Amino acid sequence: MADSSWLTEFPAMDRRDLTGIKKTLDTAYREFSREYGDVIESLFDPLLHFLVWFEKLLIQTPWWIVILVVTAIVHLSARSWKLSVGVIIAFSLIGYFGMWDNTMRTMSIIFVCTLLSIALGIPIGIAMARSDRVQAIVTPILDVMQTMPAFVYLIPVVMLLGIGKIPGVIAVVIYAIPPVIRLTNLGIRLVDKEVLEAATAYGASPSQRLWSVQMPLAMPTIMAGINQTIMMALAMVVVASMIGVKGLGQPVLKSITNQYFTLGLFNGLAIVALAIIFDRVSQAYAKRTQKHMEGLHNA
Amino acid sequence: MPDPLIRIENLYKVFGTAPQTVMDRVREGQSKDDILAETGHTVGLKEIDLTIERGQIFVIMGLSGSGKSTLIRHLNRLIDPTEGKIIVGDVDVMQLDQKELQEFRRHKMSMVFQRFGLMPHRTVLQNVAYGLKVQGIAKKERETKAADWLETVGLGGYGKQYPMQLSGGQQQRVGLARALCTDAEILLMDEAFSALDPLIRSEMQDQLIELQEKLHKTIVFITHDLDEALRLGDRIAILKDGELVQEGAPEDILLHPATDYVEAFVKDVNRARALTVENVMKPPVSRITTDTIEDALKQMKGFKDDYGYYENEDGYQGIVLQETLEKALKEGTHKQIRDDMLEEVPLISPDSALEEIIPETLGADYPLPVVGDKGELQGRLSRTSLAEVLGGE
Repeated sequence: MADSSWLTEFPAMDRRDLTGIKKTLDTAYREFSREYGDVIESLFDPLLHFLVWFEKLLIQTPWWIVILVVTAIVHLSARSWKLSVGVIIAFSLIGYFGMWDNTMRTMSIIFVCTLLSIALGIPIGIAMARSDRVQAIVTPILDVMQTMPAFVYLIPVVMLLGIGKIPGVIAVVIYAIPPVIRLTNLGIRLVDKEVLEAATAYGASPSQRLWSVQMPLAMPTIMAGINQTIMMALAMVVVASMIGVKGLGQPVLKSITNQYFTLGLFNGLAIVALAIIFDRVSQAYAKRTQKHMEGLHNA
Repeated sequence: MPDPLIRIENLYKVFGTAPQTVMDRVREGQSKDDILAETGHTVGLKEIDLTIERGQIFVIMGLSGSGKSTLIRHLNRLIDPTEGKIIVGDVDVMQLDQKELQEFRRHKMSMVFQRFGLMPHRTVLQNVAYGLKVQGIAKKERETKAADWLETVGLGGYGKQYPMQLSGGQQQRVGLARALCTDAEILLMDEAFSALDPLIRSEMQDQLIELQEKLHKTIVFITHDLDEALRLGDRIAILKDGELVQEGAPEDILLHPATDYVEAFVKDVNRARALTVENVMKPPVSRITTDTIEDALKQMKGFKDDYGYYENEDGYQGIVLQETLEKALKEGTHKQIRDDMLEEVPLISPDSALEEIIPETLGADYPLPVVGDKGELQGRLSRTSLAEVLGGE
């Protein structure tokens, strides 16, 4: 009987061996982070300084200047009075309900994360579009990044860098960067072959082709990717607050543990307001850059 | 005098994962279908030899899948051949490295595409100037030049529009202006007018012919439309399944098709439109080149006909009948051939299309004289030769 137990029970690894593996890996990583943690952390120092500086800038600037500047940016990129008025109302309510500082903190980290995602994501996307081999390697990595629960990769990041802003930024970027990479790749691959061929036929070099044809024509798709990236970064705010990122996420976390429904709701709504503003602005901007696509009606 | 600009020698193109491995089969003459079935490779072009002369409009014609678009893309190496040579001027295109190839494309050849290939995010003017931008020419200079070319193709006021705001015909004019703007010697036109509707297409053909009279470019023109080929081409090459079937002047193709395939092609062509008087006229026999009636009658004895075409140092004068001459000789009032002795018949020009001169030819009692620009008699066209040509056999 004992021999056939593998039929009913999965022949799992011996518990002791399994513990051994876990221990070895954990110890190795812990030693690695003890050894190199400081070095790696110092690599991120410039980013940390920028983050701190930008957050301070947003918080210390008088509230009405912030509202004015944000509204001006929104209006310049979207050219919509409705949206601009909406921004003023949303920010006034946020301030009135005492969430101003947290909102500024969240805005600063989202801004930095988005910039970082774009700066890293677009070159990776371009590399993927140029080489099928790079695409074959990067695609499964992106799949893992998008499906792996955020908490799982928070662990090694926190082990390596401790809690604070930088691990928060890293976690948010890992979670939010896939759309911009994927859609940059897709956008470039979808560029009209004949237009690209025309550029080649006129003797355009590979970089001329990239900047004068592929990137501009892929831009609507890339902008959709950037928009998705911003939305996903905002969605990570609450999770990131668990590793010490200050902002609108922390009150939400507090209200979960203490069952403060209203506190959670207010801060949640503030995140939603930010999300809507970011979304509308980036979409309106993308649409305005594509005005030549509007077609025949004035021909 | 022949002045070859482009030479294609023994060109083969096989599409697939390992083209070299099937080259032996291709050379042995295995059929395209067999090769595809046995090896998964597609034979695109097979043993192409062509010479294109400077200043010609050279039309490459074939149905879809005949390899014509593949062939034109070999000239600027948008596609690399599996085997063979392409020589443009004194440059062996196959020997160019990446940088040299870019320079070659920038200065030697420009291209017009079937679906225009315009950049939707650039204005019409920027599109036209694109070739110069790639060459690194300063903005002001290139845009001045682009504006000139835009004017030439008849789109003067459209510089600030975007391509999507223009109609198909206008977009292709932009494509043409872009190609001309680089001053390249060779113009590659890949089914350039095929996407346009018939009226616009013939307008564009006229414009191309008009431009060519001024510019004398070497134009390689791809089309699937034989009427278009006959209209534009100085020479026509016909491709079928990647092989060159016939190459020659338009009237050769029309009047002496080399294979059944070409013949089937040519059958439906409107010959009255495609052929000119020059193609079908007979040499000018029965010429009377003397002024006196007596000598004229002597000359006429040697003719089959009882009339002659009277020509003096001012050129062709008219038809004179034996009857009239004999009568005048009998009356003996004068010795010279006089204007009032001549029969008036319509003159036709060697460049007219046959369809333009059908009524005159049919209505005339004599074969009509074909008279050149300087008034000289070049030939004659009878009802019978017209009927023979238009009737087919």
